Amino acid sequence: MTNTGGATAALLNFAEERPFDRWFEQGKRLFMAAFPIVVLLGAWYEATALHLTTAFLLPSPVAVAERMWTDTTSGDLVLNIGLTLYRAFVGFVIAASVGVVVGILIARSRAVHWFFDPIISVGFPMPKVAFLPIFMLWFGLYDTSKIALVIFDAVFPVLTATVAATQGVDRQMLWSARMLGASEKQLLWEIIMPAAFPSIMTGLQIALPISLIVTIVAEMIMGGPGLGGSMIAASRFADSPGVFAGIIEIAIAGYCVVKGMAMVRRRLLVWHQEAEDPTTV
Amino acid sequence: MTTEATTTDEVTEIETSGYARVEYRRLATTTFVRYLPLLILAAIWEASSRLGLVSTLALPPLDTVITSWFSLLVPSNPAPATAAGLSGALTWIGWALSGDLITNGADSLWRLSAGLAMAISIGTAIGVLMAWYKPFDIMMNPIVQVFYPMPKSALIPVTVLWLGFGHWSKIVLIFIGCMLPVTLSAYNGARGTEQFLVWSARSMGASRRRTLIEVVLPSALPEIMSGIRTALALSFILMVASELIVARSGLGYMVGWLGDGGVYDAMFAVVLTISALGFAADRGYLMLMKRVLSWRE
Repeated sequence: MTNTGGATAALLNFAEERPFDRWFEQGKRLFMAAFPIVVLLGAWYEATALHLTTAFLLPSPVAVAERMWTDTTSGDLVLNIGLTLYRAFVGFVIAASVGVVVGILIARSRAVHWFFDPIISVGFPMPKVAFLPIFMLWFGLYDTSKIALVIFDAVFPVLTATVAATQGVDRQMLWSARMLGASEKQLLWEIIMPAAFPSIMTGLQIALPISLIVTIVAEMIMGGPGLGGSMIAASRFADSPGVFAGIIEIAIAGYCVVKGMAMVRRRLLVWHQEAEDPTTV
Repeated sequence: MTTEATTTDEVTEIETSGYARVEYRRLATTTFVRYLPLLILAAIWEASSRLGLVSTLALPPLDTVITSWFSLLVPSNPAPATAAGLSGALTWIGWALSGDLITNGADSLWRLSAGLAMAISIGTAIGVLMAWYKPFDIMMNPIVQVFYPMPKSALIPVTVLWLGFGHWSKIVLIFIGCMLPVTLSAYNGARGTEQFLVWSARSMGASRRRTLIEVVLPSALPEIMSGIRTALALSFILMVASELIVARSGLGYMVGWLGDGGVYDAMFAVVLTISALGFAADRGYLMLMKRVLSWRE
């Protein structure tokens, strides 16, 4: 191939790649992915059209879509999603920054490690939602208590990921850098952070959906505006189209957040192999 | 982590060495030093509310929390007059187990274990079948993909609409919420089975079913077990959340009504109980996992 001219090589490449085949493959994959969902929607519609259950237990998808449309046009949806995402993101950002800083300290200092190790090993597996009434007592009924719960819940995955990542940095790189005269600050910013970043990012990817879920649960428990609160209100008024619309809205929000985070990862970690395609799921 | 041995490693080390007593003393010391920060936190808690740094309403002193834990444990009504013999003993045991904490805790744990058992059995079956039969995979994979990132707590209002305020709405919620992590780990584990093992088993005349049960399942077991660990943590969260939102019994419900009634020391006691249960379940499961998977090394 190297002997032939550039133009011929390009032509051959084009012939080998065959973009139409690739598009066909992509289209096929998209179709295969969409097909069961379409079937599921169809089954749902048929089940309601044939009155297999009551409209109270399973409202028709048309009614749910109409409800979502009125929610959108009346502005309720924007308000609720905005509030929920605001609480989730503020909590997530605080948890992420605290988690990364403390995690690096834990990995770098024995005393900090000694102090936080049992706290993390007890705190990580326990169901932290149970602390919401305590946070309500301390921080009141509005945003602060919800954000506090989000921080409390989302900080643990970030912490453990950061500790593991920082401890997993190749010793030889640290030794080489030190031997070449790097200061502690340079070591942190130019060796540890880049080397640990992929694993820290994985921790953040776990923490973000947790923040969203915890926000929604907290809203459900406390009521008020927000996706969770409006859904529980619909449930209390036995308004089942509202409940199902809420589920779909939450699912879409969750899906976008997870996919968005994966996209951020791919952009930030172009240089890291793992970013290629984690297609296993 | 790398420099200091974990406690479980030390236990196995002790069992093989002859210096049992000395080693146990060393183990006790390291455990004490390891968990000392928790004691320090407890002391700070007690001191800050005793010394009036924070209001005792916002943070009841630790010793009143412990006292109210015991008062929740014992039944509120007085002991019935018991006849002698077996029936009397049974009535007494029935009375002794009628404390708020025990009845509500039993309700919660029943919901949790029923939901989790269903999730584990059905989730594993679906995951392994997905990895084993291609058509099933094509059918289920997109559905799993759509529902996996979805916040399962969003289903709480629906399960309430469908199944009411009792046990079953929580059991079904825990089942749905915990099934997908198990399914996914079983799927990945079964797909990661060494092809040579499958081929060898098949060439030596094992039927497809036998290969599935004796080769694929054991090789997927480590992944399945770590998926179950995720599910275990999730089941506690779903249990507490659903009980806090709508329930008539259960530990989460207790936290809710104690908080609403302003009995904060009792509320702290129940919250700590739930945390301790979650922690103990995770640790116990981790020990079980180590035992079951000990063939791996």
